[in-house]
Amino acid sequence: MNFDLTEERQMLQDTLRRFLRDKYDTQTRNTILDSATGLSTEIWEGLAELGVIGALFSEDQGGFGGAGFDVAVVFEELGRAGVVEPMLDTAVLGGGLIANLGDDAQRALIEKLIGGALHLAFAHAEPTNRYDLNRVQTSAAADGNTITLNGRKAVVVNAEAANVLVVSARESGAIRDTDGISLFLVPSDTKGLTVQGYPLLAGGRAAEVTLDNVQLPTSARLGPAGKAYLAIEARVAAANVALNAETLGAMETATALTKDYLMTRKQFGRPIGTFQALAHRFSDMLIEMEQARSAVINAAGHLEAPRDTREIHVSAAKNLMGRAGRLVAEESIQMHGGIAMTQEYELAHIAKRIVMADHRFGDTDHHLERFIALSAA
Amino acid sequence: MDLSYSDDEKAFREDVRAFLAEKLPTALSDKVRDGVELNKADMDQWHSILNDQGWLAQNWPKSFGGAEWNAVQRHIWEEEAAAHNAPRIVPFGLSMLAPVLQKFGSKEQQDHWLPRILTGEDWWCQGYSEPGAGSDLASLKTTAVRDGDHYVVNGQKTWTTLGQFANMIFCLVRTDKDVKQQEGISFLLIDMDTPGIEVRPIILLDGVHEVNEVWFTDVRVPVENLVGEENKGWTYAKYLLTHERTNIAGVGFSQAGLASVKRIARAEMAGDKPLMQNPHFAARVAQVEMDLMAMSTTNLRIISQAAAGGAPGVEASMLKVKGTIIRQEINDLARRAAGVYAMPFASEAMEGSNEALPDPNSAGPVAAQYFNNRKLSIFGGSNEIQRGIIAKVTMSGGA
Repeated sequence: MNFDLTEERQMLQDTLRRFLRDKYDTQTRNTILDSATGLSTEIWEGLAELGVIGALFSEDQGGFGGAGFDVAVVFEELGRAGVVEPMLDTAVLGGGLIANLGDDAQRALIEKLIGGALHLAFAHAEPTNRYDLNRVQTSAAADGNTITLNGRKAVVVNAEAANVLVVSARESGAIRDTDGISLFLVPSDTKGLTVQGYPLLAGGRAAEVTLDNVQLPTSARLGPAGKAYLAIEARVAAANVALNAETLGAMETATALTKDYLMTRKQFGRPIGTFQALAHRFSDMLIEMEQARSAVINAAGHLEAPRDTREIHVSAAKNLMGRAGRLVAEESIQMHGGIAMTQEYELAHIAKRIVMADHRFGDTDHHLERFIALSAA
Repeated sequence: MDLSYSDDEKAFREDVRAFLAEKLPTALSDKVRDGVELNKADMDQWHSILNDQGWLAQNWPKSFGGAEWNAVQRHIWEEEAAAHNAPRIVPFGLSMLAPVLQKFGSKEQQDHWLPRILTGEDWWCQGYSEPGAGSDLASLKTTAVRDGDHYVVNGQKTWTTLGQFANMIFCLVRTDKDVKQQEGISFLLIDMDTPGIEVRPIILLDGVHEVNEVWFTDVRVPVENLVGEENKGWTYAKYLLTHERTNIAGVGFSQAGLASVKRIARAEMAGDKPLMQNPHFAARVAQVEMDLMAMSTTNLRIISQAAAGGAPGVEASMLKVKGTIIRQEINDLARRAAGVYAMPFASEAMEGSNEALPDPNSAGPVAAQYFNNRKLSIFGGSNEIQRGIIAKVTMSGGA
């Protein structure tokens, strides 16, 4: 057993933390949040130059990492700083799917992506599928050399900025079959593709994506026809490791801000942290955060494990993060009082990141049920 | 023990229902149901409709032109108003300042200010909290120094709700620094148009402009705007706080909120069934509903005592704590129910734009409301302060 980071990952963590500490304060972020694109090109290019995107891909994919712990190290730092740039969507989801499934021509996109010159989005969820990954209604009909897509995709994060969308669609089977789902690369300027964008509560932007007789060549298919489900599940597992690590980083910021506030804010002539009623609750936050840290380690450490083992840890971690995250976000706000309710204060954004993470890739209850099902299998 | 309402109370409920069905504009109730922020004109319109009916000043004695409803009647109103998605009555003038003026104000002050509250001529806001005086309100530092026929006010108030709409503010100010904190505070009525007052918006974490900072620089306030005696303001402030606590449990809000959660969860699909049929989600809803049923009765027990002349003391603090826990839990359920569609930032919807956001379950800005309502356990005496009161009063054997 060894819980230390490797030297490379330690360096990556230090560099990234320093970069974000220097470049990404509350005011900078609030400007980004108010901007039309909801992201900063300058920050994105800076992250690419630091090698942050490359760290999310393996050597044979053109990067220098790509394992669960690489993902966790990067995202814990992004979460600590409350970064809203779409690293999860462009790199882990879009880039990861292309790197894992693509042919040589498709994988050529990864080099551009690692260099910071390409944005991607994963258009998978649909308006009525809630958190089920297998429920795909968008249709793909092949006719000779042409494939036609029809359907609607829900809350597609980063869809407006994406140069290419990775779209899931059903080529065969019933609505809930895992078999019959394919992935397609759809350039953003494709005829019949409509992207209706809006801001997200916790930062960044998403869109409703409509596919109306979108015609693609067969070369747009990513991986084998109808067999994408397991690859999607595996990538969403990586996305959940990323999101959980990001939430952990945000929780660390929330507890650090709360600690400072408890020690400096005085009421009734003394720092409010000296009131036991608050001190004990602060301790509970720290206890839950260590649970969260271990859950992230469990999930990251089993990302390369066989499917059942991997998924049990993914669901266990996501459920625990949902519970611990809510506690830390709500208690941090409560112990601050009104100041934490204001947009100008760092904690407001951080708390939103923590709570809204529960709404991506399955919430607390979804993963509770999934854990029960996987454990029984 | 009899859990049923009297015939008079039932008849009263029917009157309230008929009134709401007939007089509450759909444009207003739609906004409330969809979580759209109300503007000043909306609030003025609702106040005016209620005033025409004689139901605006529900807690005022008839001698001051009020409806003089008892606690059970007010409870029935709150239930029905919430069920019909009526806008809340803005409390600052009506249920916070007015009781203070009626008890401690001069005849001239009563005659001048009270009718203007009813007509909407004055819109009041509350100048209590300061950056350094939140839970520890008595440590407030805004000063008022007597200069001839005026007080000269300097300092800063904060968390001033709807201060951007107000033309008047009632303030706690320090008029004596050399005595025990609570004994050097006075209660002043200040015209917001007086030179030296600046209102600065505070944007909350859901993007809404609801509260403000109010800055005072050499603001001259006529001495006739002092309520009661100089340096007795703390007594009046405490009296006001007991009135701030009517409807403290928020039973009506919780009932309406729970109905909304069920509506969303019946529209949202989870697998092949509506989310409401998912056992884990249904269990969460059931648990909070059982809590609400019990709290509703706790509320009625305390209200009945009050109606019979008993004064709610520690019970009000209990209702504040439990009531806000339940309301916040309901907000949490609403955001859970909305699933991925909780993620869009519904700022457009909150400002009343016609641009509809994507939302197959019609949940509206549930996540924004979840964050906004974290305030419930912070303002009006935080839940920590309330717990302190409960323990202190109970352990010392009396108030």
